[in-house]
Amino acid sequence: MSAPATEPASTAPDAAPPEPRYVPLRTAVRALLRKELALELRAPQAVPAMALFSVTTLVVFHFALQRGVVDGDLASGVLWVTLLFAAMLGISRLFVADHEEGGLDGFLLAPTDRTALLVAKAVGLFAFLVALEVVAVPAFALLLLGPSPSFGAYAQLAVLLLLADAGIALVGTLVGAIAVQTRTRDLIVPLMALPLLIPVVIAAARGTSPLVLQGGSQGLEVRWLFVLGLYDLVFGLLAYALFDYLIED
Amino acid sequence: MLYGTRLRALSIATLVTMTAALALAFFYAPMDADQGFMQKIFYIHVPMGIVALCGFVWGGINAIQHLRTRDAKYDLRSYVAIHLSLILGAGVLVTGSIWAKASWGHWWVWDEPTLVSFLIVFLLYATYQPMRFSIEDREKQARYASVFAITAGAFVPLNFIAVRLAQAYTHPRVFATADGGLPAKMQLPFYLSLLGMTLLYITLWRYEMASKNTSAKLRALRRKLAGDDAVAPVGRTAAPSLPTT
Amino acid sequence: MILAQTTSALPDNTGYVAAAYLVFFALVLIYVVIMASKLARFERELTELNDVADERFGPSAPAARPAPEEAARR
Repeated sequence: MSAPATEPASTAPDAAPPEPRYVPLRTAVRALLRKELALELRAPQAVPAMALFSVTTLVVFHFALQRGVVDGDLASGVLWVTLLFAAMLGISRLFVADHEEGGLDGFLLAPTDRTALLVAKAVGLFAFLVALEVVAVPAFALLLLGPSPSFGAYAQLAVLLLLADAGIALVGTLVGAIAVQTRTRDLIVPLMALPLLIPVVIAAARGTSPLVLQGGSQGLEVRWLFVLGLYDLVFGLLAYALFDYLIED
Repeated sequence: MLYGTRLRALSIATLVTMTAALALAFFYAPMDADQGFMQKIFYIHVPMGIVALCGFVWGGINAIQHLRTRDAKYDLRSYVAIHLSLILGAGVLVTGSIWAKASWGHWWVWDEPTLVSFLIVFLLYATYQPMRFSIEDREKQARYASVFAITAGAFVPLNFIAVRLAQAYTHPRVFATADGGLPAKMQLPFYLSLLGMTLLYITLWRYEMASKNTSAKLRALRRKLAGDDAVAPVGRTAAPSLPTT
Repeated sequence: MILAQTTSALPDNTGYVAAAYLVFFALVLIYVVIMASKLARFERELTELNDVADERFGPSAPAARPAPEEAARR
């Protein structure tokens, strides 16, 4: 990721035009991220859809499970399945606009590291997931959750959510980039992403269970945070190494 | 590179090793104390599983080579490796299910973390071919398939760790014979079977590579002899093809 | 009931073991079938190409080539 120095403009009459200034990674990421968030804020599509989908799923769960309240393992499972499936919607749409409207080609012409797109998209998806959870978790607490977890339990849940979101964001960016080039992208995304995300589900669901117990929340086991951290690290490295190959022309 | 050169020697070696392994498994290895005769399934189920997983990782390694060298032959090697592992994987799941039925009375149990991890890995790799098929541009298809193969290959160990962690707290390891601590008389047939299964995989891999190579050369020969018109254009396909020169 | 299964005599479990090994052999034999059909196709195509070559270059004169004797010897 070394940045070549910009060529000083030569004053000789037959000199080549000056090379474009190489854009450092941070600047590129900031610009791309601003674009992602601006697009979503201006014409909200992904986040409202994901949020609405999560609430609808909770209602479906109520009828499918035939229960008014859930707690413990069941509550943990309901919450994570809901979040995961809502995330699938976000992943499917992640690269669609760039692919269809030439944004990807435009980016390829820019004198910057391709990793900038990976970081921007992953951070963007992460932000969307956090926004989703701001709606989904209270909805879940309202609609289906039996026990009332303490503030401390919610704080621990938040840490778990953030780590899990990082993993989902990284995997989602990779899978989204692959899927956008296929003709069956809406099918490929869940088929590919769900198996890859099962370790996240395992760690997150196991971690959440003690927080939503009927008899009062017990502490979060730190080991699940380590598993999620390891997962995020591995997929972060993988995405960093492989993403460039996905957006060549 | 010719893939068919050592096929005869390889297949003979496979035959000899597997026959010896299975003969030992049935006539030399002692009967298992807890599980009795049905433990014999273990002599093909576990080696198939180990070889299938190594095959997936071998597919990932070839994919790395493909991305580094952009040589189409590595993509073909990766494709065949994953294809073969998927078939073996199906065999693992079926024999594992049969074993579960014999041991526990149910056709599927969630208690055995290795089998569960295998199911997840199988489901993931099952998307490989549909994904390839849905990308029309050959070069892009190969490149994306390689990225997938590397991701999935790195995912295999991560997945096993995660599933094992999930099980450790609710169910004790039940099929302890799959671990170390095998009695000596069981070790010989097991390792021999593992060797035989590896040889089988290599043999079948070379078999399929030779077959694909031959197809490509035949196309090239046809083009040279009968002109470009005699060669039907390759339609949409998930399988990589070697350059036809 | 599970106790009865695990300690029961050979007949019950032999079926399962046999089934598992049959699955394994079936997989290998399916491969043999697939390869057999591919080989048949190669043979057909090569014969065809040989004919095309004959048309283009004329059938090879038997006297000019020592190759057939070597092929026969092998």
